[in-house]
Amino acid sequence: MDESRPIFLQIAELIESEILAGALLEGMQAPSTTEIAAFHRINPATALKGVTLLVDEGILVKRRGIGMFVADGARDRILARRRATFDDDFVTPILAEAAAIGIDPDQLIDRIRKAAPR
Amino acid sequence: MTSTATAPPSTAAIQARGLSRHYGRVRAVDDVSFAIPTGTICGLLGRNGAGKSTVMQLVTGQEFPSSGEVLLDGEHPVENARVLSRVAFIKESQKYPDDFRPKHVLAAAPSFFEHWDADFAARLVDEFRLPVNTRIKKLSRGQLSSIGVIVGLAARAPITLLDEPYLGLDAVARQLFYDTLLADYAAHPRTILLSTHLIDEVADLLEHVLVIDDGRIIIDAAADDLRGRAMTVVGREGEVEAFVRGRTVLHRDRLGSIASVTVDDVTAADRAAATAAGLELGAVSLQQLIVRSTTVDDSTGTAA
Repeated sequence: MDESRPIFLQIAELIESEILAGALLEGMQAPSTTEIAAFHRINPATALKGVTLLVDEGILVKRRGIGMFVADGARDRILARRRATFDDDFVTPILAEAAAIGIDPDQLIDRIRKAAPR
Repeated sequence: MTSTATAPPSTAAIQARGLSRHYGRVRAVDDVSFAIPTGTICGLLGRNGAGKSTVMQLVTGQEFPSSGEVLLDGEHPVENARVLSRVAFIKESQKYPDDFRPKHVLAAAPSFFEHWDADFAARLVDEFRLPVNTRIKKLSRGQLSSIGVIVGLAARAPITLLDEPYLGLDAVARQLFYDTLLADYAAHPRTILLSTHLIDEVADLLEHVLVIDDGRIIIDAAADDLRGRAMTVVGREGEVEAFVRGRTVLHRDRLGSIASVTVDDVTAADRAAATAAGLELGAVSLQQLIVRSTTVDDSTGTAA
């Protein structure tokens, strides 16, 4: 776990990433908070807080007495949000590092083109 | 409607109010107040001699407060059998009769703990490889600790206090303890107060953190709120010093013209500002935060 951020946010992001990767499909049952806590060796209340965040955001839905399931449309909602924050999360830092070592934006674009798999 | 009218207000499992214990001039515990919510795993962290064990002895009625009070489920613990039957207290330096063997401890446990699970205890004896027929005097420090860990877990007491429960346990046995604690807590929720100085190892298991230093509580917070509360800023000395001016500085290091300064009470905006200023940010673990908060650091000019 990353020391600088709350664990519950990291748990929520991990579950989202599994949905994005197709490891958890819409309609499938999500791992229980007990399973999440045991797997990551974290406090169950913290795991529950991460899951609750995803319920509040409509990514997971609770079926009483059964457990948590991946909501319909969850993948699209996660994609939309991650695309919205992509510039802040990735583009701005890479531009800052490029500027610090004397790579201008055009050169950066060339480098990205070369590095991208075809 | 008398049944609803008589329902007691929800109380903390453990509540201390102005709690003090003085030995002559030594203030082992000095005007401490805290509340541990029912059903949480709480860490009681601090240096040796900070007052952790005294707090636990006060909580379990084994020591009398010099002033203030402590309540368990809203009741005073001292000589209160009804309250103490719900409490398991595993002491760092538990003493046993000279001719005792671990099997005697396990046989006696059900009469102290009404929720004692003998099958669970037997499983733990196997997993921790505790020799139950050896005289306790002959056991290693780690084996002695494993008796406490087994009794503390198998007691399933609604209020469980574990004081440095795993001195001498090796890394494998400690991991076994953490995993068993989490699994059993999930299946049988209860209030657990755990004191330890292996902070990095338990940080992720805790829901709440109390840090005691020199008899006083200096941190009382949700564990997740403490993550990211402090950060280390690294860069050219002048830029770092400009950024940290007016902030709570916990620690300073210097390497040539590069400064590394740990600051407390950091917001997301602070992080963005530091990054924009070209400074490197480093995470500060709970252990580092506590080390920095409980050390008199000459470089900051204050007792941090």
